[in-house]
Amino acid sequence: MRVAAAVLRKDLRLELRTREAVPAMALFALTTFVIFHFGLDRRSLEGELAAGVLWVTLLFAAMLGVNRLFVAEREQGGFDAFLLAPVDRTAMFVAKAAALFAYLCAVELVAVPAFVVLLLGPAPGPAFPELLAVLLLANAGVAAVGTLAGALAIQTRARDLIAPLVALPLLVPVVIASTRATAPLLAEPAGSLPAKWPAILGLYDVVFALLAYAVFDYLLED
Amino acid sequence: MSAVELRGLGRAYGERVVLRDVSATVEAGRTLVVFGPNGAGKSTLLRILATLLRPHAGTAGVFGHDVARDGWRVRPEVGFLGHDPLLYRDLTPRENLTYLARLYGQGPDRVEELLDGVGMAERAGEPLRTLSRGMVQRVAIARTVLHRPRLLLLDEPFASLDPAAAARVKPLLGEGTRVLTSHDPERDLPAADAVLGLRGGRAELAAPAADVSAADVRGLYG
Repeated sequence: MRVAAAVLRKDLRLELRTREAVPAMALFALTTFVIFHFGLDRRSLEGELAAGVLWVTLLFAAMLGVNRLFVAEREQGGFDAFLLAPVDRTAMFVAKAAALFAYLCAVELVAVPAFVVLLLGPAPGPAFPELLAVLLLANAGVAAVGTLAGALAIQTRARDLIAPLVALPLLVPVVIASTRATAPLLAEPAGSLPAKWPAILGLYDVVFALLAYAVFDYLLED
Repeated sequence: MSAVELRGLGRAYGERVVLRDVSATVEAGRTLVVFGPNGAGKSTLLRILATLLRPHAGTAGVFGHDVARDGWRVRPEVGFLGHDPLLYRDLTPRENLTYLARLYGQGPDRVEELLDGVGMAERAGEPLRTLSRGMVQRVAIARTVLHRPRLLLLDEPFASLDPAAAARVKPLLGEGTRVLTSHDPERDLPAADAVLGLRGGRAELAAPAADVSAADVRGLYG
């Protein structure tokens, strides 16, 4: 954990200094909501359509973060410096997944209120705690799979293409579960959170976190 | 037990063979200087010894540990200085070294000691991208010796250093066992205990330094 904390601290410091990932992700989400606002030609959305727009936008915004996650390691020798150290290599997976999770949370701090203002019909106030829980569960899944895809893609020349091609199919269950869980919360009148979908999200998070943890070491090998 | 033992070492990048059947031994506390024209395989040899690359043929041992099988035992013993500094451009020298010190379990005192040792204490708070190439090389040298390795793998360590800077960092790189690559027999032959001359990936010269003249070395470049 000491090593993972060191890598995470370094990553957050680099992001605060360069602002390469989070602003781009947030701007992408805001722009997409504006496009939906005019493109759907509806004054407001609710229920399943609102949930679908929210999650697809957040997922594509996440891909921008996934593409940036390992760039400094690859281009500035961070991988080699890390591989030279006598440390558990999965510490990098833990740190990168935690960094991506933090980026997603930061983006949602901007994107979700913008979604509410630009697109959402019903006020989500009463359902906010449940919406927050779904966001955190989905972020964990996206962080685990995104980190794995990012590490795989960074080894290739077409990394900007490979990362979404690998990650998006694997993240379809996250979109389905998150949309189904969120739809009743964004309906008019607001329903309650169905227990099944958060449970599926939690299970997905555990399975893919363990899978990524197990294979990450091999992705860094020569 | 030898500090470094190479037996029939081979390595290829795809179809291109860059090292073939290279054998050499370095006793503890001695210096092996590797000469050879560009593309001779010098850097690849060092990267194999640093556990960053796996050999495709033969074996390489460091202090009795096989680099391919027991990399985790080799890494704490090795300090690697390559052509790339393996430092983050948007972090300062102090931030880079502090991050790496955490990976190696070293304290902040060691960072300050080395910043002073390489003459970078006064510029330690400036981002690396604003520093000259020679200054970055001095920080990279500090990185290399951060954990007091017993074996130094140095790829043209004095390249881009002015004479004063080279004299300042020389004591840091003068201890322990060394494998050093060079193109300059006049400067580096006197420091050598043994010489390995590579050409086209083959060992064309392998002898005690006392038996090798500068003219022998220059013959590798003909």
